Amino acid sequence: MIVENDGTSVLLRRVPVRGEVMAEICTQLAPFRTSDTQVIRGETAISKDLAIDSLAVMDMVMELEDRFDVSIPMNVVAEIQTVDELADTILKLAARR
Amino acid sequence: MGLFDRHAGLLDAYRDVRTTGADPFQIRMERVLSPTEAIINGKTCLTVGTNNYFGLTFDPSCMQAAIDAIQAEGTGTTGSRIANGSYSEHVALEQEIAEFYGKKHCMVFTTGYQANLGVISTLVGQDDFLLIDADSHASIYDACKQTQAEVVRFKHNDPASLDARLRRLKDKNGGDKPGNRLVVLEGIYSMLGDSAPLKEFVEVCKKYGAYVLVDEAHSLGALGDNGRGLCESAGVLDDCHFIVGTFSKTLGAIGGYCVSNDPDFDILRVTTRAYMFTASLPPSIVASVRQALRVVRTRGAELRQQLWDNVHTLYDGLVAQGFKLGPEYGPVVGVHLPDRMMAIGFWRAMLDAGIYVNVAVPPATPNGVSLLRCSLCAVHTKEQLQHMIEVMTGIGRQMGVIGPQLKVAGGSR
Repeated sequence: MIVENDGTSVLLRRVPVRGEVMAEICTQLAPFRTSDTQVIRGETAISKDLAIDSLAVMDMVMELEDRFDVSIPMNVVAEIQTVDELADTILKLAARR
Repeated sequence: MGLFDRHAGLLDAYRDVRTTGADPFQIRMERVLSPTEAIINGKTCLTVGTNNYFGLTFDPSCMQAAIDAIQAEGTGTTGSRIANGSYSEHVALEQEIAEFYGKKHCMVFTTGYQANLGVISTLVGQDDFLLIDADSHASIYDACKQTQAEVVRFKHNDPASLDARLRRLKDKNGGDKPGNRLVVLEGIYSMLGDSAPLKEFVEVCKKYGAYVLVDEAHSLGALGDNGRGLCESAGVLDDCHFIVGTFSKTLGAIGGYCVSNDPDFDILRVTTRAYMFTASLPPSIVASVRQALRVVRTRGAELRQQLWDNVHTLYDGLVAQGFKLGPEYGPVVGVHLPDRMMAIGFWRAMLDAGIYVNVAVPPATPNGVSLLRCSLCAVHTKEQLQHMIEVMTGIGRQMGVIGPQLKVAGGSR
C-alpha cells in the first residue's frame, strides 16, 4: 500500500477498493449521526438522514477528495444523495485517474 | 409540500434568533449621523460594522460631487449601458480605475455582487475549470451556479490544496485536460478578516497555467502602498489577470468593477448578463466614486494609517481581555463566540449598550462558527474604540465568554 502524507490527510495513490471508500465515508459522517445508535449504511441519504448542512457536506467531500486523490466537481456533489452514490462516484473517478 | 416548507430548518433557526427580542437581520438605522454613529431604537449608537473603511460616506468633497452630478444629469440612467448608452462619466470612471491599477481595461457594474457574478460566470464555460476557495463570498458561489464550467473547491487559504486540485485535472492518459483554469481568491475574507497567501497561490497558478482572479472588495484602500489591495501588498499585481472590487465599502457608495490587461476583455460587455440586463449606475454614484478614488489617491496613505492604528487598538485590546479573534490583524475583526445563541445575545447586549456590530452565524459563516463581526473605520476615535473594548469586556464577563478580571497583587487573595 503506497501512502503519502501531504500534511492534511493521508493520501491513497492506488485505486481504492469499495470497502475502504465506504469505511472512510462512514468515519467522516459519524459526527453527523442523529443518535449514537444510528448506523450509516449504503442507502443512508446524506442530507436527509443525517444532521449535516450543505456546507458541511462540501467540507466532508474535500476531506474524501484528499484521501483518495480525486476531485468531485460541485455540480456532481449536488446530485449525490446516498452514501452508496458517493462511494460510486469516488471509485469511478479514482479508476479514471 | 408548500412553497416555503423547504425553508423550515432556516425558519427554526431564525425564530431562535428573534426570541432574543431583537432581530439582527431587520435592524433599522433610524438616522445615520456620520460614518461612526447612527440612531438605532431611538438612541445614538457607535457603528463598528458598516465596512466604511475610510469613512468616505460623509466626505464633503464626495457628497458635493454627487449633488453636482444630480443637478447636471438627473437622478438615474433608467436603463442599461447596452440599451441606453454610457454616460461620459461611466467611461471616465472606468478609465480612472484602470489607471489606478495600471491595467488596460475596466468594466463597471451596478453592484459588487454583480461584478463577481457576471465576470466569473462568463469567463469560464463548458469544458473549463473554476477553482474557488472554500470560504468564498456568496457572489462567487452564485457565479458557480451560472457557469457550465466544472467547479472545484479547495481548502481555505491553502495553496497545497489548490495545487492538488489543479494536478488532478488530467485525462485518462495522464495528459492535461483541455480547458481553461480560473482560480478565484479574495484579498480579505469578509467574515474573519484574514488575507489569502496570494504570493504562494500565484506560484501554484503559474505552475499549472491557471488564470487568477482576486476579489479586493474588503482590501481596496486598506492594503498596498497605493491602496490597490492585496495584489499590491503581495507584489503580484502583474500576475493577477482579473481584479474585481466594489464601490460600496472604502469608496462609500455602491457598484463594482473588474480590471484586466487581456486585450479581448471588452467582449465581456456584450456577453455578461449581469452587466447587460440591469440599469447602469446613476450619475450621482459615479461622481462620488470618482471623487472617492481621488481621495484614495491623494489622502490614502494617511487614511490607511489611521485605519490600521484603529485595527491594532481594537484587536490588541480584545485579545488582552481574552477574546478569541480571527487569525490576523485586518479591517474586519471577527470575534468568536461559542454558539449561535450566545452570539445573538452578545450582539443584543452590545446594541442595548449603544454599540452596533454585525452578527454572523451559520450557514453564512465558515466551519459553522458564530461571530460578532466588527469592521473598522479610519475615522473611529481611540476613545470610541476604548469604550467599545470596555463594554465588550463587561458583557463578555457577564456571559462567561471571557474569564473574570485578574486579581492584582494586594487584592483579595
